[in-house]
Amino acid sequence: MKKYLKPLYNGIIKENPTFVLMLGMCPTLAVTTSAINGMGMGLTTMVVLIMSNFVISLLRHVIPSRVRIPAYIVIVASMVTIVQLLLQGYIPTLYDTLGIYIPLIVVNCIILGRAEAFASKNNPLLSIMDGIGMGLGFTLALTCIGLVRELFGAGTAFNIPVMPDSYEPMTILVMAPGAFFVLSLLTALQNKLKMPSATNTKNPSHLKCGGDCMNCHGNTCLTNKLSLEKEDQ
Amino acid sequence: MKSLILTLISVSLVNNVVLSQFLGLCPFLGVSKKIETAAGMGGAVIFVITIASAVTSLLYQVLVFFHVEYLETVAFILIIAALVQLVELFLKKFSKGLYNSLGVYLPLITTNCAVLGVALTNVQNGFDFVTSVVAGFGTALGFTISIVILAGIREKIEDNDIPEAFKGSPIVLITAGLMAIAFIGFSGLI
Repeated sequence: MKKYLKPLYNGIIKENPTFVLMLGMCPTLAVTTSAINGMGMGLTTMVVLIMSNFVISLLRHVIPSRVRIPAYIVIVASMVTIVQLLLQGYIPTLYDTLGIYIPLIVVNCIILGRAEAFASKNNPLLSIMDGIGMGLGFTLALTCIGLVRELFGAGTAFNIPVMPDSYEPMTILVMAPGAFFVLSLLTALQNKLKMPSATNTKNPSHLKCGGDCMNCHGNTCLTNKLSLEKEDQ
Repeated sequence: MKSLILTLISVSLVNNVVLSQFLGLCPFLGVSKKIETAAGMGGAVIFVITIASAVTSLLYQVLVFFHVEYLETVAFILIIAALVQLVELFLKKFSKGLYNSLGVYLPLITTNCAVLGVALTNVQNGFDFVTSVVAGFGTALGFTISIVILAGIREKIEDNDIPEAFKGSPIVLITAGLMAIAFIGFSGLI
């Protein structure tokens, strides 16, 4: 039982995809203009993540390791298409707000990352738990960021006005630049409090740079490529 | 002709792919330490996105012909991944010079959401073949403009006195935010 609860704790707190791993930044910045939008995006990603983790885990002995990445991409893309059609049919308002960011879940690094790091090595039930944990962690993070932007940028929380009438909303926060500012303050806070995060610690990775894109000089990719090519041979 | 120029300005400056659509953020933040590498990345992105929007535009015609439009996401991501590999092999074989300057960035582009984003936006807007190619080129041009500007600013602020907590990525994000404010100014253009 404990074994099945561990992925939940792992995904929500210890390896939170947004706050700690800093993965999937595009949707994190783009759709968090309000708490509701952030939550919608988080839940959509969670459903895709659970489904793709489950299918990939079931097929983990069938897919040859040489072609695993293209195979994972096809599986994830099919799951995203299913979720997209369901949203279009049953929750059209969410479908319209998220727009292009729904099909773009395919290229969200969280999904492929979990497929490669977890689902390809563990049984289907554990993989589902991992999908729930990571998905909840992502949803929580997106809702928090959305809430901060909505609260200070529009003076509301979940579309309910909470700020006093005298409060002048900082509209810039719900516009595009606000996303960068909020994320910047978040990472600065993590640096200040020395909290574990991809921006101030090295990730354990077989890649030369430790998967540390934020501190990349732009030339480590050459060494990465060589080491990956060596692995292939 | 006039509408093509308007599209070009619209996708490259007004709706800048990084600063207002948030696509392709990883290379934007990751490969922007030096102007030289940023320009190299920009060149590779222009190259790939322009070809990819041409190919996906044709592919969508095929999907429409067979009435399987719902397969667009699956088909596009596969064709883009294959295309990047092909471009890399082609450059390696036939253009050593270009490969040496752009080649190292190509594997990074497969995971760049801007490529898929452009292809899907083109379809959503119902662009024809020529408009798709122009829109793709413009989007990539917008990416290059913003990544080169960011790299320039980062080179300048490298030795500045930055508060301890803001060193590293926070100050880069603040810079990007200020650039985004500047780019909002372009919205009056169209």
